[in-house]
Amino acid sequence: MRIELVKRPEYSALFSALSPFIALGLTLIAGAIMFTALGKDPAEALYFYFVDPLREVWSLHELAVKAAPLILIAVGLSVCYLSNNWNIGAEGQFTIGAITGSMLPVLFPDFQNWAVLPLMIIMGMAGGAAYAAVPAYLKTRFNTNEILTSLMLVYVAQLFLDWLVRGPWRNPQGMNFPETRNFHEYAILPEVWSSSGRAHWGIVFALVAAVALWFMLSRTLAGFEVKVLGQSPRAGRFAGFSASRMVFFAFLLSGALAGLAGISEVSGAIGQLRPTISPGYGFAAIIVAFLGRLNPLGIVAAGLVLALSYLGGEAAQISIGVSDKVVRAFQGILLFFVLGCDTLIHYRIRFVGSPARQQEAAQNV
Amino acid sequence: MFEDILITIATAATPLLIAAIGELVVERSGVLNLGVEGMMVMGAVTGFGVALTTGSPWLGVFAAIVVGALFSLLFGFLTLTLVTNQVATGLALTLLGLGLSGMLGESFVGQPGIKMTALHIPGLTDLPFVGRLLFGQDPLFYVSILLTFGVAWFLFRTRPGLTLRSIGDNHNSAHALGINVIGIRYLAVMFGGACAGLAGAYLSLVYTPQWIENMTAGRGWIALALVVFASWRPWRVLAGAYLFGAVTIGQLHAQALGIGVPSQLLSSLPYLATVLVLVLISRNRRLTMINTPASLGRPFVPDR
Amino acid sequence: METTHRTDGTPLLEVRGLTKIFGSLTACDHIDLTIAKGEIHALLGENGAGKSTLVKMLFGSLEPHSGEILWQGQPVTITSPHAAKKLGIGMVFQHFSLFEALTAAENIALSLAEDTPISTIAAKSKALSYAYGLPLDPYALVGDLSVGERQRIEIIRCLLQTPQLIILDEPTSVLTPQEADKLFETLERLRSEGKSILYISHRLEEVKRMCDRATVLRHGKVVGHCDPRKETAASLARLMVGNEVKAVVRPPIAGLDAAAALLEIRGLNRKAATPFAIPLKDINLAVRAGEVIGIAGVAGNGQGELFEAVSGEVLQASAEVVRIRGKDAGLQSISGRRLLGAAFVPEERLGHGAAPRMRLSDNLLLSRNRTDRKAFLGPLGVINTGAVEAASQRIIKEMDVRKSAPDPEAAALSGGNLQKFIIGRELDRQPSVMVVNQPTWGVDAGAAARIRQALIELARAGSAVLVISQDLDELFEISDSIAVMHNGELSKPLPRAEATFEKIGLLMGGAEPGHVPHDPAEVEEVA
Repeated sequence: MRIELVKRPEYSALFSALSPFIALGLTLIAGAIMFTALGKDPAEALYFYFVDPLREVWSLHELAVKAAPLILIAVGLSVCYLSNNWNIGAEGQFTIGAITGSMLPVLFPDFQNWAVLPLMIIMGMAGGAAYAAVPAYLKTRFNTNEILTSLMLVYVAQLFLDWLVRGPWRNPQGMNFPETRNFHEYAILPEVWSSSGRAHWGIVFALVAAVALWFMLSRTLAGFEVKVLGQSPRAGRFAGFSASRMVFFAFLLSGALAGLAGISEVSGAIGQLRPTISPGYGFAAIIVAFLGRLNPLGIVAAGLVLALSYLGGEAAQISIGVSDKVVRAFQGILLFFVLGCDTLIHYRIRFVGSPARQQEAAQNV
Repeated sequence: MFEDILITIATAATPLLIAAIGELVVERSGVLNLGVEGMMVMGAVTGFGVALTTGSPWLGVFAAIVVGALFSLLFGFLTLTLVTNQVATGLALTLLGLGLSGMLGESFVGQPGIKMTALHIPGLTDLPFVGRLLFGQDPLFYVSILLTFGVAWFLFRTRPGLTLRSIGDNHNSAHALGINVIGIRYLAVMFGGACAGLAGAYLSLVYTPQWIENMTAGRGWIALALVVFASWRPWRVLAGAYLFGAVTIGQLHAQALGIGVPSQLLSSLPYLATVLVLVLISRNRRLTMINTPASLGRPFVPDR
Repeated sequence: METTHRTDGTPLLEVRGLTKIFGSLTACDHIDLTIAKGEIHALLGENGAGKSTLVKMLFGSLEPHSGEILWQGQPVTITSPHAAKKLGIGMVFQHFSLFEALTAAENIALSLAEDTPISTIAAKSKALSYAYGLPLDPYALVGDLSVGERQRIEIIRCLLQTPQLIILDEPTSVLTPQEADKLFETLERLRSEGKSILYISHRLEEVKRMCDRATVLRHGKVVGHCDPRKETAASLARLMVGNEVKAVVRPPIAGLDAAAALLEIRGLNRKAATPFAIPLKDINLAVRAGEVIGIAGVAGNGQGELFEAVSGEVLQASAEVVRIRGKDAGLQSISGRRLLGAAFVPEERLGHGAAPRMRLSDNLLLSRNRTDRKAFLGPLGVINTGAVEAASQRIIKEMDVRKSAPDPEAAALSGGNLQKFIIGRELDRQPSVMVVNQPTWGVDAGAAARIRQALIELARAGSAVLVISQDLDELFEISDSIAVMHNGELSKPLPRAEATFEKIGLLMGGAEPGHVPHDPAEVEEVA
């Protein structure tokens, strides 16, 4: 048997909406098989992954805490990927944004007033954007592959953070633990409804960013420019759009949002810098961006799904003793199914029995 | 002392060389597989696990090669049969590999590993100065050199090699001539996967015989950069891999000597060096355009 | 049907009821065709008639849905190009199936049997190429060769397999008239050796001159078999198109000498941007209000590079090199040049003139996002979808664009209909200067006539029109003067009254064959 693709005359709106759901369904099936193989009851495991975390209000707050960085980073990446700029170094931009944003409370702990938090946020965004500007500059100036450079800079950023918290920025009163001093109260990103749980303003930033970018991408000439340059660069040049300007726009925007995610995480959820400040948000956001079909509103939903998988991983580890490492495998499988299902948007799939010449045996999906 | 340094450089360079040679063949056929890191880490965990359970490092190596090739088939099925975006799918393979290997290798963390023994030929290995360098290294070192030689010969001296290069240059023309574009690309992708698996096993069985999560630490990506750096030529991949081996070992020695520079900054040198060589090699646009396989990363759907 | 030429009874190839369906389109509908031994058989039809689909089935690149093929009287199934070659069918493609990064000899080796040693191919192909008057350097990189030289590789590659039947798909569309004459000599020679040739063309004069029989296709069906030598060009055209195509009317222009030059190019030089690009050398040209100037030339002599420079996709070194309506524009971007009153239509429709996966209304915005900013965009750059859609419907109506949905994706339209939309998009602005590269390439006869007429009318209404084309018939039909591009240089325009095919053809050939010598240092290094 052979699989053949038949190009649809027009893209299928049905499968465009359906494909993320098909992918999710297939991932659940794969997950059930995986849990069975691990010797767990698949129904129970999936319950702890995807239902249990949604049953309590505090837990919903945790969901928002985890979804905020994922959504912030992923909406920025959607602009990158739509314009065919492959920024895969968001994890590094997140880290640098957290570092630059933390300079005030760590280095000037006595500077305490209402201006601290806005300044931290601006500095965090500027740091993330500046770090993302490096691959953008190398791509436009030297034609260097941005995939490789942006990724290499992730390792550099993580090592830099490691050095800071073990060296010059280490808490002088911290018993030699590798961490900075705790942020003072003016440097903490406040909670949205502090009475019911931990969700901080990061989730609000994420939702605002998602709506703003959705509006830009779907309604304005700037969004049109992003899509044209991504789909056919020559047509974009013919339209008078500048590809190099777009490289900078996409990288600076996504870098700033990753930086914002970084400083929000540190000042909202953690309260100090540590050697590890992210469970791989910068990479999981790539999955979020594709699961959301590069549409900022879809990304909000996709961000919640991935955040749920992190929470579920923790819940399942506690309740049924499944390692939290399973989550990342799960996320990887999800991205595979998402990409595979997207094929259905532009192609019909035909299964052809061999010998190949049997038109009547062809099934159409 | 000098011989020791050369040998450690070879140990650091060999996994990069093996993975990059595999990816070179994949890219010469016009496919960009960014999943090297993922395939490599799967090879590392498989090699370690199988060697640990069976006690035989050779079985570990063999299993790593098989798993690398099978894992690359996932990528092949998506990009070649379902014609998904190669960049995104390669990333997916890396993310999946890192996740799966972390899960599979959880019980191996902290276990003492099995190290592949180095070659020893009485007489030859004991020669002064060059003996251990030429005749006393681990067996996979020799495999990596033979692999480089074999791939260079295959690509530029044989008929199937010519066919593979032609697909990388123009898959539509190749299809029009009746060449089985997708079939040959599947084979190339699997060869790349097998090499990446082997390179991973080298890490967990020779370089540092133990299992640590994410132990590839970006080496798969450096291998990808080496292919660009080498302008898709096998012998230049070898030169590049040894250059990176030298940088890695150099910074390790600097750390050991305690020269007053923080170890983290020294550890970031290989990554910064990767960025630097990419800049140096890419700035000549004309040369890059001539060397890059023209169909690299482009989707191919045959009309029937 | 008429007397067949030098046959011994069984035809070499017979095709019965061959059918190919793509989705809802029947590209070939029960085709019948016979080719005798030692004849040159023409396959006629306009763009989209199904000629290429038919020959691809004969060559094994496409699978037929039904019908049968008989080879020397025996029914055969041709499953792959390899099988076709084994039978003795060779093919010279219209869009060459060559590999630019490989040498001529490697290209030839790839189409021969696996066991042919590469080392002997170079010598063999060189000998054969000289024997047939098609000289070839086997070690040259294909990327460095001219279009004519590339075609020689295709032909040699085909001849090395000693085929009985040679299929040539539009072979002269890329050649100068003189190069075409040489090709005809080679074909006559092959016929005298007893080989059969299936010759696909829409050029009626050469078919009349050379072919023994002709089969005419229209909309995927055979509409007639005839002896082209007994037909007139007009009767063949009628058979191909099905009805009379309105001839293009070119009214005379008055007072051209006094008219202002709306587009001026002065001393334009450009370095090659990519390894296989052609550098432009000191190009000078003025196009005045009211006239159409044509630029002829064999593909790959710098026409694309010239278009990019004039359109502003690539800027010039100084502002006065390109002037539009008397204003220096050499440092203006393509949007700036459009604001000065210029409009541009590139050669590639999908991926350059239009974004394939975007709707027609989005594609309207592609070239008019600056010139029509007030009408199409609101505050914050918000797109006024209603206005854009209304304008695109107006163009669709004006140019009679046929489509399956109200606002389809560009890629869903046929070549002719998309080109009508792209030309209409610019005409709708009534530009003072219009630069068009290959206005009717791959477009059916009706749409081509309509596009040509529209360009003449635009000029006569007071605009300057510059048309770059490889199709000499087209240029002679619409131009007031014709210049020739060869190897990055542009000749002085010849007024239409003085220009002949022979003169233009000689200029197209240049003194030397259009060939950039390659740098041996960059030849693929054998590792």
